[in-house]
Amino acid sequence: MSRVRALAVVLMLLASCEREDRRLDSREFTTRYATWSDSSKGPYDHNAHGTTEGQMLFEQMNCSGCHANGGGGMGPALMDDKWIYGSNPNEIFTSIASGRPNGMPAWKSRLNNEQIWRLVAYVRSLSGLTPKGDRPSREDHMMVKPSPYQTPKAKPVIVRSTFTPAGR
Amino acid sequence: MRRLLVIIASASLVVCNACKPEPSRSTGSRDVAVGAAPTEGTDAPPEDGQWVRPAKDFASTRYSGLAEINTSNVNALRLVASFSTGVLHGHEAAPIVAGSTMYVITPFPNIVYALDLSKPGFPVKWQFNPTPEPAAQGVACCDVVNRGVVFDNGRIFFNTLDNHTIALDAASGKEVWNTKVGDINIGETMTMAPLVVKGKVLVGDSGGEMGVRGWLKALDANSGKVLWTAYHTGPDSEVLIGPAFKPHYSQDQGKDLGVSTWPADMWKIGGGTMWGWISYDPAQDLIYYGSGNPGPWNPEVRPGDNKWTTTMFARKPDTGEAVWAYQISPHDLHDYDGINEQILVDMPWNGTKRKVLIRPERNGYVYVMDRVTGEVLSAEAFGYVNSTNGVDLKTGMLQYNPDKETQVGKVVRDICPAAPGMKDWQPTAYSPKTGMLYIPHQNLCMDEEGVSANYIAGTPYVGMNVKMTAGPGGKRGEFEAWNPQTGKQVWAIKEDLPVWSGTVVTAGDVAFYGTMNGLFKAVDARTGKQLWQFDTGSGIIGQPITFKGPDGHQYVAILSGVGGWSGMIVSAGLDPRDSSAALGFVNAMRDLPAKTKMGGKLFVFAL
Ligand code: HEC
Repeated sequence: MSRVRALAVVLMLLASCEREDRRLDSREFTTRYATWSDSSKGPYDHNAHGTTEGQMLFEQMNCSGCHANGGGGMGPALMDDKWIYGSNPNEIFTSIASGRPNGMPAWKSRLNNEQIWRLVAYVRSLSGLTPKGDRPSREDHMMVKPSPYQTPKAKPVIVRSTFTPAGR
Repeated sequence: MRRLLVIIASASLVVCNACKPEPSRSTGSRDVAVGAAPTEGTDAPPEDGQWVRPAKDFASTRYSGLAEINTSNVNALRLVASFSTGVLHGHEAAPIVAGSTMYVITPFPNIVYALDLSKPGFPVKWQFNPTPEPAAQGVACCDVVNRGVVFDNGRIFFNTLDNHTIALDAASGKEVWNTKVGDINIGETMTMAPLVVKGKVLVGDSGGEMGVRGWLKALDANSGKVLWTAYHTGPDSEVLIGPAFKPHYSQDQGKDLGVSTWPADMWKIGGGTMWGWISYDPAQDLIYYGSGNPGPWNPEVRPGDNKWTTTMFARKPDTGEAVWAYQISPHDLHDYDGINEQILVDMPWNGTKRKVLIRPERNGYVYVMDRVTGEVLSAEAFGYVNSTNGVDLKTGMLQYNPDKETQVGKVVRDICPAAPGMKDWQPTAYSPKTGMLYIPHQNLCMDEEGVSANYIAGTPYVGMNVKMTAGPGGKRGEFEAWNPQTGKQVWAIKEDLPVWSGTVVTAGDVAFYGTMNGLFKAVDARTGKQLWQFDTGSGIIGQPITFKGPDGHQYVAILSGVGGWSGMIVSAGLDPRDSSAALGFVNAMRDLPAKTKMGGKLFVFAL
């Protein structure tokens, strides 16, 4: 089990090494905080390594259990153009850190802000919202969908939840 | 004499089939009904024209003695009333009729409506809104469904998605009691319809994909107090296994098997939930039901039989004590939950009358079991199976096919049936008139790849990548008539989409079922010939019922509204590009959004 996991980690790291691993410089510090000034791109959007770490967290934290590989299930699809709570980095950060009422757990007690920002980058890469060259280009499992690299950029729209709010 | 010969001949055939490794059978064309000997349900009270519980009677026949609507006139069936529930998720519930009132429950937020059948148009008498916690929706694995309310002794009982069992006064809709029996924070939800037996409300939990520990509870129908809890993993004292326990097979005998057949402590998060159907035999005073899949799906991390998941239980309703148990799929590999319905019949078997229960099982076999002893009398495939090679009738052991065993880091292809099984929750009907079962089911296979499973409370605990596809022949569903005595199909209607609806069969020899593209169909119970259909506009995954209205005439009712595990691609708006969405079901349902839209509506028909 753990051997396989370790192998997967190595493969992922190799995959990310193939692309440019830009230094985070001053931004690194900022990601410790829960807000980010640029609403058009997140702190790890342009960072292939950070995005791949987000991909690993997405599986380890069981995000994939509810959102599948982006197509959704118990939770909504994250690879499409539809957003209930918004697609900009701060909005996604809030979705992950604080949770959302119709069944999205809050992760801030389990993940630090930097980890959450990496998840933000991976979530955004799923619908092509991050620069193409920095999106993960392979999935390390059975082919179930095109990789974020191959996924066309979606134009985000805000939709009403398919869930029923407030139980009424 | 001649019938006896037929039975003996078929019984020996059954044995032979079980020793042959060849698991499949031809899923061929329609045959004529031959040799189906009419039998009796144990609980066949005189037809009262009502439908007070989803399964109709304690024997779970879903058979109605009404015959005003029959094969000669069903083509004249017309819509007499319809009612929008205001909810757009999978409507799996059976409408319930007691006296001159119909009771309908919606998926989350589990609104209960009472409709007055004595007035034209069936207006709403009362509505009850339990306002369940919205967060429950995030831990419901397979759409936010509810399988129905039950009427007993002037009360309506039901479960909410956020784990409340509620009793209402049937006349006024006022809450009588409300008991919280589970916790969404550890991934529990409730979707099943309760069964009320001897003043006890029997309820179980869902959440086999979330690492919950499954149970069945009995609540006092008067007060809502929990009288007993039977867990499906753990020590005997908590499984309610005691001196009365006499399992038929040696693999089910021993002390605390619910602990020793697991790696240390994994039984605490081992699944074995109960979200399906319970039957009751008043003569034996026993309830019968099965438990769900072990968790996580990835079997490599839980070596052992993983008792008592996917296990049939016979229990005393007063105390919950187990009288026998039979593990259907020891160390389940493919999410073959054991929560399906069992139909109780008294049937000639090898020349003697046996008290049996018949279960069209998720793993692909129709089990005929002696319900007194727990012995498996036959287990015949009712569709294409390659994950196992039948059941050894001597030992009761399911024969696994090692080629279809999943592994971490390896993709095993073409496992049949797929995770939802040959048949999921959608219940079968049984006609004592024709002696046949009417089985709505799917025809799906899958590719699986084991991945690591991390337990985080309240999140999925699955560890498996799944990708489902249509089974052999390409048609994803089937409505099949089955002769339980011969263990053979009598006729079958192939459907393009999985048949995810329940069914009802009547003394008029008509069987009703619905399709996922919204057609409500009536077929001749003897031949399978389609006699009538009605387009309800949204996929049907509900349970049809039939009843006698206050005007003395026969009615047929169904809820339409696509969803459920199979229909989540539409009801939850999933992205068809991801094959693994909805635990891999989306791969087999990409065309559904083009074939149906969300809905939530009751339809009532009469001549
Ligand atoms: C237990 C199931 C579950 C888990 C685990 C889960 N989510 Fe969610 N998630 C949901 C549900 C349900 C919603 C929708 C909530 C709502 O509508 O209020 C959601 C919503 C979201 C949204 C907002 C989507 C939008 O359209 O605005 C994002 C982003 C998200 N989840 C990311 C994640 C990430 C990242 C993880 C892992 C750290 C994760 N989720 C884990 C169930 C889950």
